[in-house]
Amino acid sequence: MPAELVLNVLISGVLTGLVYGLMALGLSVIFGVVRVVNFAHGEMMTIAMYAATVLFAALKLDPFLAMLPIAAAFFIFGYGLQAGLINPFITRPEHSQFMLLVAVAIIMVNAMLMIFGPDARNVQVDYQLESIEIGRILVDKGRLYAALAALIAAAALFAFFKFTLVGKAIRACADNYLGAKVVGLNVKHLYSLTFGLGSVCVAIAGCAMVLLVDVTPPLGPAYTLLAFVIVIVGGMGSMGGALLGGVLIGVSEALAGLFIAPSAKSMFSFGLLILVLLLRPQGLLGRRA
Amino acid sequence: MSRASIGLALLAAILVALPLFAGNYALSVATLILYFAYTGQAWNVMMGFAGQLSLGHALYVGVGAYTAGALFFHYGIGPWVGLWLAILLCVLLGLTIGFLAFRFGISGVYFALLTIAFAEFTRIGFDHLAWTGGPGGMFLRVAQRDTWDIANFRGPPLMYYYAILLLTAGAFLGCFLLLRSKAGYYWQAIRENEEAAQALGINTFRWKMLAVAISSAMTAVSGVFFAFYYNNLFPEQIFHISRSIEIILGPIIGGIGTLFGPILGAAILTLLSDGITDALGALGWEIPGIKQVFYGLVLLAVVMFLPHGIWPAIARRLKL
Repeated sequence: MPAELVLNVLISGVLTGLVYGLMALGLSVIFGVVRVVNFAHGEMMTIAMYAATVLFAALKLDPFLAMLPIAAAFFIFGYGLQAGLINPFITRPEHSQFMLLVAVAIIMVNAMLMIFGPDARNVQVDYQLESIEIGRILVDKGRLYAALAALIAAAALFAFFKFTLVGKAIRACADNYLGAKVVGLNVKHLYSLTFGLGSVCVAIAGCAMVLLVDVTPPLGPAYTLLAFVIVIVGGMGSMGGALLGGVLIGVSEALAGLFIAPSAKSMFSFGLLILVLLLRPQGLLGRRA
Repeated sequence: MSRASIGLALLAAILVALPLFAGNYALSVATLILYFAYTGQAWNVMMGFAGQLSLGHALYVGVGAYTAGALFFHYGIGPWVGLWLAILLCVLLGLTIGFLAFRFGISGVYFALLTIAFAEFTRIGFDHLAWTGGPGGMFLRVAQRDTWDIANFRGPPLMYYYAILLLTAGAFLGCFLLLRSKAGYYWQAIRENEEAAQALGINTFRWKMLAVAISSAMTAVSGVFFAFYYNNLFPEQIFHISRSIEIILGPIIGGIGTLFGPILGAAILTLLSDGITDALGALGWEIPGIKQVFYGLVLLAVVMFLPHGIWPAIARRLKL
């Protein structure tokens, strides 16, 4: 097998993996702070993808521009979901939270099916077919831009948590729920804010992803599982871990597709997940609880 | 006799006599309800009794179904042999997952995700296994529908109804006895507070493993039933995470950890799903997905307003 082909596939895996990473970052942030596993994560991702196709079909809006209104809508939606539905559940047992989000996921994926039907949808912009040549390596422009958008969004989120007061307050809630309450933080508001921010990650990742794959309703549950795999591999609650996990899964999927069979690619992801859970359950970059 | 046992005897009598006045369609719905009741009871042993959340029980249904199904398909070996092999394989599989998880201290959400990972891993594995037909599925020969061929477990729908009724009743009785045994009390202690149970000298590892073994063995049986009742097996259908969720909805809606919860939950969900289909059909709203949206909304309402499930609320009202 020619080395260029392997290298091309490898690079495309890294770029796709960064978009996966941004999606998983949303899940990781929500779990790290609210301690609720968002079982509707992939379903939210497909909603963002559908939204991008709709804006493209109606207004010829480029998915990178559509990111802004979609992200804003997702922030409000995520905030509302946490404030209205999930906040009353944070003291309930895990299986109860799980059921709540599974119900939300069932509604979302089937609402998509009702509205858009089972056929695949996509967007077609001219730079999707173009590529940049670096020596003998070809990089798809669409994939490159998608990865860049994911990186910028992730960096912005890192900066928000590192440098802003609200970001610090959210981290305080994650570290010590009771302590955060004692010093007078409005924990429920901060939880809702966090869910809103996690949803923004999903929105941006979805708009970027729609340049790479066609969207169908069953993609939702598949992305939910993918996001779990990435977050566990990288370390639940670790932001860097989510990006690293995304890249690892992106690369392993790409290589498995090249060397074995495209349909077997997620078997490797799940195999990797089982290995990480057993050997390093806190994930590659996670802290021990 | 207490009011509870009178009610139970009445229910049993109705279920035994049901084929006398129910048509074929009603019988198939009843079979489906009992199938979910039995499988939900099996899951309940692990989660409801011992507190170990498995989101991958489709794994045992699938492995059980494929084991007995493949033996019959390839070698004509009947399910009475295949059943034991299916149970053995599923128990080994369950114990392996349990051993890995409990030894390495994986619990809660992480344990749940591990069970999903094993189920999905196996699903994709079966998709690439030519011996069982891969993604194209495996089809068992549909035999004579009018004679009761018990040796090969082929026969009319009535036979399957009584088989699953027997299984459900057996599981109910078995779980009733288990809950009042030493194991049952240890499990409940582990479920409520594992550290405290350990401090009392309970070997929590061993008792959790027992729960996994019993639960996976019971679920293997429902897999064998599934294979011979439906006669066709696809990895995409039988191992999929949505199947695992379907299995556990009944006990959660009905009342987790209760004996009657899985049965009530299965009945409510199956009838609800049917009722929604009929109602939407009558209204002429036959858009793909609309049924599941209603289903999700009802689920949401139950989870929000009846956090312990429906059965505990009814039992309190009836003073059982």
